[in-house]
Amino acid sequence: MQDVTNFKPLIVAFCCNWCSYAGADLAGSNRLAYPADVKIIRVPCSCRVNPMFILRAFQRGADGVIICGCHPGDCHYTSGNYYARRRMSLLFSMLDYLGIERDRTRVEWVSAAEGAKFAATMNDFVEKVTALGPNKRLEDLRCKK
Amino acid sequence: MQEVMRDKLVAKAKELLTGGVVTRVLGWKRGEFCYDLTPGIFKSADELDKEFDFGDFAAPNLSKYLIDETRKEDGKVAVFMKPCDTYSFNQLLTEHRIDREKVYVIGVPCEGMIDNKKLSAAADGIKNVAVDYENVVVETLWDGNVTVPRESVLAERCLNCKSKKHVALDELVGYEDEITECNRFDEVARLEAMTPEERFEFWQGELSRCIRCNACRDVCPACTCEKCVFDNPSSGVESKAPSDSFEEKMFHIIRAFHVTGRCTDCGECSRVCPQNIPLHLLNRKFIKDINELWGEYQAGAEVGSRAPLVNYTFDDMEPSEAVERGDKNA
Ligand code: SF4
Ligand code: SF4
Ligand code: FES
Repeated sequence: MQDVTNFKPLIVAFCCNWCSYAGADLAGSNRLAYPADVKIIRVPCSCRVNPMFILRAFQRGADGVIICGCHPGDCHYTSGNYYARRRMSLLFSMLDYLGIERDRTRVEWVSAAEGAKFAATMNDFVEKVTALGPNKRLEDLRCKK
Repeated sequence: MQEVMRDKLVAKAKELLTGGVVTRVLGWKRGEFCYDLTPGIFKSADELDKEFDFGDFAAPNLSKYLIDETRKEDGKVAVFMKPCDTYSFNQLLTEHRIDREKVYVIGVPCEGMIDNKKLSAAADGIKNVAVDYENVVVETLWDGNVTVPRESVLAERCLNCKSKKHVALDELVGYEDEITECNRFDEVARLEAMTPEERFEFWQGELSRCIRCNACRDVCPACTCEKCVFDNPSSGVESKAPSDSFEEKMFHIIRAFHVTGRCTDCGECSRVCPQNIPLHLLNRKFIKDINELWGEYQAGAEVGSRAPLVNYTFDDMEPSEAVERGDKNA
């Protein structure tokens, strides 16, 4: 039996190399706390995140997936995050349509200077996902140990 | 009942072949039963006489077959298209999958096609079928003649037909028609109004029937990649029956997502699904969202239009707002 009271969600955070990854680094060097269960995956741009990556993360046991990129207008490749924004709007809306809890996914824009925002975002996201409990609707039972 | 009859199309095809305008004709061929017309290539008058067919079961959208056929040999291919098929054709032109110069499009008006699956559910042991505008009379093997209203066995996509106007054409056989008003998003809206639990249950019920035959992908005129992730043995999602609820959803989300903004809502995927899964409700959800978020967009309406996912504006909605937007109307 899963111990729900002590449930600690596994969060996968896709972070853009040019902004939020550095933001996470800054949060670290400023000793701002955010849960250790946030697994950061560095991507070259928020636009690199293929919908498959997100579904895969859920399959392999993630309880929530967050994508962090440069603020609109600040993408290192000029427009990557504008495309990512459209894509994620459709994907998240589809997950909602299939009945997957909408608080399990999020997109957030975090710059390299926003270490505090990074920590706050992660804390908030973890809190929301903790409230939802373990991901049951998008899980692959075989991947559960 | 179709306004334009088979013989008229055969005559047109013969004329194009003998006149040297085209070297072959892509049309519908008689299958094993009177209700299973399949795509076929015809190279002579003789073949046309023997095998060509058209009628209320000419559902297959022929546009995808042009990709291979136009590359096989020189010369033009004549192809028959119903109005909805021409949208797929335009989309393929937009994606540079077909050389327009190698195709001669003959538009055929359409009164709506009969859904085999609905018909076989209504009448067992179909031997022969006679159709008029009101009714379908089925001669059956053991129940004598069974009469059903035509509307009750029309394909879903025809009941919700988005357009009877050909958007690509070299020549029209029969009359010209208009873009139609339809309620194709009603069912999506009904699902949106449910609670997440109800939606989850609905989709679980539908998607768990999937046997991963890949027919929906194979038939789709928007699915034309030379290599497909669903065939990649190291992807973990190659052709195999889904073993759990995750895989079911994964396949369907990715399939529908891959054609977002390019899907013309031709309805072929739902037509061919042996498990009767309403795949159009996934595609239409994306189309409805696109229309609501970034303005009306109909894939295939115009050659060369920029698909919504390869486009953006500076002030597009944020994903969180996009997901929550529905709640305000609920
Ligand atoms: S056609 Fe139907 S059963 Fe076959 S893979 Fe597609 S959804 Fe599944
Ligand atoms: S997804 Fe279905 S409706 Fe859309 S283009 Fe492909 S076959 Fe047609
Ligand atoms: S480089 Fe950071 S979002 Fe594109």
